[in-house]
This record gives sequence, C-alpha cells and structure tokens, in this order.
Amino acid sequence: MPALSFANALETAMSEEMRRDDRVYTMSTAPSPGLLQEYGTSRVRRMPISEATMTGIAVGSAGCGFRPVVHWRSVTFAFMAFDQVVNQACKIRYMFGGQRDFPIVFRASYLNGTRSAAQHSQTGYALYAHLAGLKVVLPSGAADARGLLKSAIRDNNPVVCFEPGRIDSMVEDVPDDEGLVPIGVAAVKRPGTDVTVVALGYMLYPALAAAEELAKEGVSVEVIDPRTLVPLDTATIRQSVQKTGRLIVVDESAPTCSMASEIAAVVAEDWDTCRQLRAPVRRVCTAAVPIPFSPPLEDFVLPDQGNISQAIRESLGYAQPVGAANGR
Amino acid sequence: MTADPHPTDVLQGASEPDPSHAIEMYRQMVTIRRFEELALKLRLDDRVHGVVHPYVGQEAIAVGVCANLRVTDRIVSNHRGHGHCIAKGADIDRMMAELFGRRDGYCKGKGGSMHIADFDVGMLGANGIVGAGLPITAGAGVAAQLEGSDAVAVGFFGDGATGEGPFHESLNIASLWKLPVIWVCENNQYAVETPVASGLAARNVADLAAGYDMPGYIVDGNDVLAVYTAANEAVRRARAGEGPTLLECKTWRTHQHALRDVVTVDKRPADQIAYWAAHDPLEGFERYLLERGIMTADQLADVGQTVDQDLVDAVNFAEASPYPAPEEALEDVFAP
Repeated sequence: MPALSFANALETAMSEEMRRDDRVYTMSTAPSPGLLQEYGTSRVRRMPISEATMTGIAVGSAGCGFRPVVHWRSVTFAFMAFDQVVNQACKIRYMFGGQRDFPIVFRASYLNGTRSAAQHSQTGYALYAHLAGLKVVLPSGAADARGLLKSAIRDNNPVVCFEPGRIDSMVEDVPDDEGLVPIGVAAVKRPGTDVTVVALGYMLYPALAAAEELAKEGVSVEVIDPRTLVPLDTATIRQSVQKTGRLIVVDESAPTCSMASEIAAVVAEDWDTCRQLRAPVRRVCTAAVPIPFSPPLEDFVLPDQGNISQAIRESLGYAQPVGAANGR
Repeated sequence: MTADPHPTDVLQGASEPDPSHAIEMYRQMVTIRRFEELALKLRLDDRVHGVVHPYVGQEAIAVGVCANLRVTDRIVSNHRGHGHCIAKGADIDRMMAELFGRRDGYCKGKGGSMHIADFDVGMLGANGIVGAGLPITAGAGVAAQLEGSDAVAVGFFGDGATGEGPFHESLNIASLWKLPVIWVCENNQYAVETPVASGLAARNVADLAAGYDMPGYIVDGNDVLAVYTAANEAVRRARAGEGPTLLECKTWRTHQHALRDVVTVDKRPADQIAYWAAHDPLEGFERYLLERGIMTADQLADVGQTVDQDLVDAVNFAEASPYPAPEEALEDVFAP
C-alpha cells in the first residue's frame, strides 16, 4: 500500500493508463516532466495557452480513435473552452447518431480555500453536470483520485475529473493493484444512523470532523462521498436517507442550481425516501458571492466544520435555526 | 481579385484533373447544386424541417478541394455543410433522410440539415457554431500525426469564422506542430449580413497566413480548377509533413444565409449580385469541359438528368424511412 499525495496519485494514474493503452495522449500548458520523460513530446503535448483549441483537438482526435486527456489546470481557464464542451464534446456523439464514441478526459482543479480569490476559487462542476452527455467525477483523496481518473480514461465518453486543489499534497495509501474506482458509485465514508451528510470533494474532511464532534454527543452521522456527480449514485444516497430520515448536503459551491440542490431533489422527489424524512433537507453551501481573497472573508463564505455541525444539530432539533434556510 | 500588392503567396503553375476525374467532379457539382435547390424547395413546402443553409454558388470549393482527398483523409465542415458531405462521398439518400428527420438518416434523425456527418468517409461533421470546426480539424490533424499516416485534415469555414478566437489558436497550433491540415476559408463576402470588410481588418483572409508562418493563397473559389490546383499543392505539403496551408477561396452564396420558412429579401448590392451571377462555378466548368472536348453538351445534360433521378430516389428513400420512435430520443447520449 504505497502512500501517495493526491497530485502524485493523479500523475500515477496518467502514467499507468498511458502505458496500458498507446491511444492515450495528453495536452497541457504545463506538461508533467515525468510524463514527458516517459512518453515523449508526441504523446505529452505542450500547449500554447489555447484552451478552446486544446479542447477541440481532443474532440477531433477522439473521433479519429484516440483517447486524449486534456489538462485544463484550473477550471477557471476551462471556461475559455466552454463552446467545445457545451456544443461539441457532450453533444457530438448524440447529434451524429452515435456514429463514433468520444473518449476524452478533461482534468480541472479548483482552488477554493487557498487564498486564490474569486476567479480561481469556484468549483464549476455543477455547470458541467448540467450538460447531458458528460460524466463528472470528483475524487476527495489519493486512492479515489487514481482509481477514478483511470476509470475515466478507460470510459468511452467525455469525463471531467474535478480536483480540489487544496488537497494536492494530502497523502493517502493507495492500493497495490489496479485500484480502479468505478464511475457512478458513491462511498459511505462513515456509517451512521441518525443523520446523512453527503459531502462533495474536500468538504468530506470538515464533514468527517463534524461527525466525530457529534459522535461525542451521542449522534451517529453517516457521511457519504458521492465521488461521481454524473451519473449520481442516487441509490446509495436514498438508502441512507431512508435509514436516517435526515439529509445535509455540503458543497463548497454557490447554492443556486448546485449539486447540493440536485442531491436534495433526488431525495425529495422519491416517495420511498421523502416519506422517511423527519426534518427538512438542508444544503450547506458557499455564500452566493464571488469568493474573496482575505482569509477571514474566504473562511466566512466557505462551509466549514462549524456550519456542518450547526446544520446537523438543527436537523435533529438540537439547535434553533439561525435565520431562514437559504443554502447556507 | 485585386491588383494591390499584398503578402499573400503566389501559386505557380496549374494542376488539372484527368478527364474521367473532371467528369466526376462535374457530376458532384451538379449533385450539390440540385440537392440544394431541392432542399430549399422541400423546406418551403414544409416537407423538411428546421433550417437549411444552402451551398449554391460555392460548389467549386468543396469539389475542388475534395477531389484531392482519399477516403482516409478527414474533413470538418461548418453550418453550410451539404456540399462538403457530397464532395467527400456521403450518400445522398441518407443525407436526404436526415433532412426529413427519419431513422435512416445519417444521424438517425438527431442532427438534421446542420449536423450531418459520415465518419466512414472521413466527413467528421457539420457544425452549427461558427469557428468551432477549426479546433476539431486540428484534432484530426493530430490524429494523423499520432497514427503516423500521411492522412490530411481539411477544415472548411466561412469568412465570419475569422472573427473567432479559435481561428487564431488553431492556425497557430497547426503551424507550430506542422499539422497536416488544409484551412479552407470560403469567403462568400458576407458573415450572415455583415460584409467581410466590416468584420475583418486584414484586406484578405489569406494575408493572415504570413503571421502564422504558413503559405496563404487567394483562390478564385468559383473556378473549380483553380481550387483544385491550390488544394493539390496544399495537400502535397500536408502529406509531406511540411505543415498547414491557408486557402482563401473568394466566392458568393447565391441564396440567403439560411432558409426557414420564408425567403427574405436579398439586401446585398445589385452590382455584386450581377458580378457573381456572371461567374457561376457550374457554367464556368461546363465551358471548360466543352472547350477541352471532355464532355459534349448532350453528356452534360445526361449528368443533370441522372442527378435529378438520383434525387427523386433520395426523396423516395427518405419518405419511405420511418420517423424514429420517440423513445429513441433517449439513446446515443453515452457510449456503452
């Protein structure tokens, strides 16, 4: 069980998949020196800062039988390529009647919580999850990062892999074997019986800390990491809520049309789950503002352990709601 | 087109297709012309749906370029894509069925007029977003490099696409990486209703090539032999690993930008309309074929009749094909 950082786990996945399948190649404005050394400049392409064309090259070459991995770096830059995702990558297979598959992986980090200010601090994944024709994965640790990225590269569809930048150096054991993590399968990170907390990406860590905090008060919190946002593992989430009767969703994105909203909806619209609810579903999201730079400002707008604990207590009736429920 | 000096490259010599090839090119041009006139009529009669962007007047470009290509070469088209499909060898029965929204259409009724593709003949798709095809073309060029083949990729786009950022990005990367790409700008003088001089600071699109360190040629886009010659050189360069070429084919679309259910008034200047009407690409090629003794007038007429029958058959094929079942709308989003 080697221990790898989150960033190294992703790099390991790239290297392993490029070794396994010579149709895999990658484009980046800052290609990894290790990959360059191992695979050369034909399969590890240094890009000018041209996100739209990098993305379109992936679409075109995927349609010709290759399996490109586009490293957008921060999702912030990927918005320069939005047409090639919205109008091309995720529609092209369907629009042309399934004539060809378009196996493409887009890698995008987001830097919430790293004092990077508004443009570099936005998760963006809900924008991509909204697009029919695109899969979206969101690992929260090294083992899942390696396993999900490998699965994404082997998938025959466009997949966006979102990477919370603030855990780049966080180390975790990864399996000795292939370590594939299937797309579309959530992980129950901590079993519990009183409240379900679904936590996305980095939010897993404050959620686990809140669960530990509440355990000392005799509250049993189940923490679920969806790991894949599209297709969402609705069964695991619904089963958990059917058991606990309470749902908190933690998502460091603005609340409107967020993944938190989506997860709340898949619980609310299912009779078998909805009738088990014993408290309103609760979103714990980022304030609906551009994320500010200064530490006390950023810390205030992002969800943290305190926000999550408070939401759990409110859900159980142990605490009075602070203001109207509005996704915070 | 202009006597003014400009930095555009000058092509030396001419290459001509052999007679049998020329006859096939003529058949393709007639097919495109009549397919398009029929598509417009079918649209006005409400027998096909949505929007049609007619290629009438620009036939020499698709045919002159694709006459230099192999089935293993790839092209990427734009919103005005029927001509590119036909020139690359797509089947007009399945094209027509797609216009009719039927199950036997190229896209099983999911694409329509603006999104026809036939990957088996190297037609990687028409595209409704101006300029979006250029990066995809570059991708087909990268694929050829990764394959180690001498296949080429052709990107067809209009003058309007030169206003899009990916135009710059794609030409730059194609030149940096010496991609086997031929950029074919069909300058039909108007981006919908904006004259090219109001949309592009450069005097000619081809002038921009110098900035990307690639050859750029101004080509009479209504002269199929001029297009053939220029594309021949560009394809030679691409196959030889010498990198991309930009061809600016000056042309004119005979009809409006797009047709839905009403014919709009043509606001373009009458003298321009008259000039281009006197330079019809089909008529010009017919004169050549007659003067060279490659075809007789009767043989030209026979081609027209054969094409008309082919189109009758295509409409029959389309109408005999069922509409897809509604539930088929839920298929093909994801690959298994």
